Amino acid sequence: MLQTLFDALALGSVYALMAVGIGLVFGVLRLVNFAYGQLIMAGAYALAIGSSHHWPVWVSILTCFGVVIALSLLMEIALFRPLRGASAATMLVATFAVAFLLQSIALLKFGSLVKTASILPGLFNPIGHGDFQTVRKITVVAIVCAAVALLALTLLLNKTTLGLHMRAAAANFQTARALGVRANEVITLAVVLSGVLAAVVSVILVIETPFVEPHFALRDTIIVLVGAVVGGLDRLWTATLGGFLIGVATSVFTDQLSSTHSPYVDSFVFGLVILVLLVRPEGIFAPFRARTVERA
Amino acid sequence: MSEALLELDRLDVAYAGVPAVRGLSLSVGRGEIVGVIGPNGAGKSTTLHAIMGIVRPVGGDIRLAGRSIRGRPPERVARAGVALVPEGRRIYPNLTVDENLRLGLAARRDRGGKDVLDSLRELFPVLGRYHGQPAGVLSGGEQQQLAIARALAAEPDVVLLDEPSLGLAPIVVDAVFERLAQIRGRGVTALLVEQRAQRTVALADRTYALANGEVRATFTPADASDTDRLVAAYFG
Repeated sequence: MLQTLFDALALGSVYALMAVGIGLVFGVLRLVNFAYGQLIMAGAYALAIGSSHHWPVWVSILTCFGVVIALSLLMEIALFRPLRGASAATMLVATFAVAFLLQSIALLKFGSLVKTASILPGLFNPIGHGDFQTVRKITVVAIVCAAVALLALTLLLNKTTLGLHMRAAAANFQTARALGVRANEVITLAVVLSGVLAAVVSVILVIETPFVEPHFALRDTIIVLVGAVVGGLDRLWTATLGGFLIGVATSVFTDQLSSTHSPYVDSFVFGLVILVLLVRPEGIFAPFRARTVERA
Repeated sequence: MSEALLELDRLDVAYAGVPAVRGLSLSVGRGEIVGVIGPNGAGKSTTLHAIMGIVRPVGGDIRLAGRSIRGRPPERVARAGVALVPEGRRIYPNLTVDENLRLGLAARRDRGGKDVLDSLRELFPVLGRYHGQPAGVLSGGEQQQLAIARALAAEPDVVLLDEPSLGLAPIVVDAVFERLAQIRGRGVTALLVEQRAQRTVALADRTYALANGEVRATFTPADASDTDRLVAAYFG
């Protein structure tokens, strides 16, 4: 029971981080970045390379952050910026293309076989004895990392001028620009923050599952996207909660389903999503949002 | 007329090839309030959007203090010294009144602004009263005061007001025009787009009546009681 609770909280936390990363970019660009999973995959390969070359852990982790942030910035400069003003469908298809491109590059460069990334293996050990024997340290670390990252992001968004500008841009971009908010500055910050969160997720996922291959984090990204949409992508906190809840649901199904049913975890999760959408087609948190949402 | 601060020189704006503003020339001198009136579709809001960089003109020029700002993105126009009070107010209902006001500082060319915010709270006491409340709880008239104060926070050279009385009860409209008169007393330069012709003509130093994107007539405050001429300018 304790293990199920911790596992659910941990996966929910990681998915919440991914949902925030996706939601931040959606907020300022109205763009669902389908290549988000490939950013995480790129970070995971950086960790695998560091591990295979026996780099110090901090160097591997720094490299992971560097690679993911650089790729995020490259996406913004080479893709998002030239496509500013393009239709949502065009931008969506463009991120699909980037996702497949990055995946293909990984396939060409590293092959389809898994690469093992042994990063901080000590975190795989249980946190204690008795009831806690089944709870691994990385589970607690994932929860703490997610909590710290979300707290830092909350402080940035709520306590700084830049955060205020980002919130304004996310709510009504055109009005924010007319008020003098620098569009490119805000978008770049959102893309970088989203990249930082992707790097954090890379590190956590690699420690949890140290087998990196070109589809690394792809399934997680699809599940998180669904969760964020069900929660409500138009607001950061609803997207985050959506991501968290779908993570919890996925983990609970994984832990509780018998071994014969466990291969169908995704079917159960998406079945639950369909049920939720049938009952609340406007999204889980619509009653809380309906009064206040404003769109340009 | 005092030195021209904002000049539109044969401005043309079109939407998908359909002209919305045709060869519009007007100027606003420093410290002046210039009105623009006209029926729906006359090109009033489009003119403001073109100045602000929200829509791109297809011809002509827009100059601020002699320098062209035509084609600049909205944030650069704002930082050059033009502030917009948009139609429908466009305040952020989920942000607090104070946060909305602080957003107005984004266009400032210096890092200051605290004193300006204090003076704006004096000018618009409702903003001080509800400073920590979500702006969405304010009434329409109060939201309009917030939108005007937000624009003034940047201490812009020119304020563009897009139908500030739209959708407000008559008594609230009185209050809004009273505020505009107060702002005028502070030496603010403004281009005021309105449908309330008589009140605009009475307030502004000069008022242009637009129809089909062109200037049809020009009025001075002395014309405010000339209802026949105003009606003729509207319905031509």
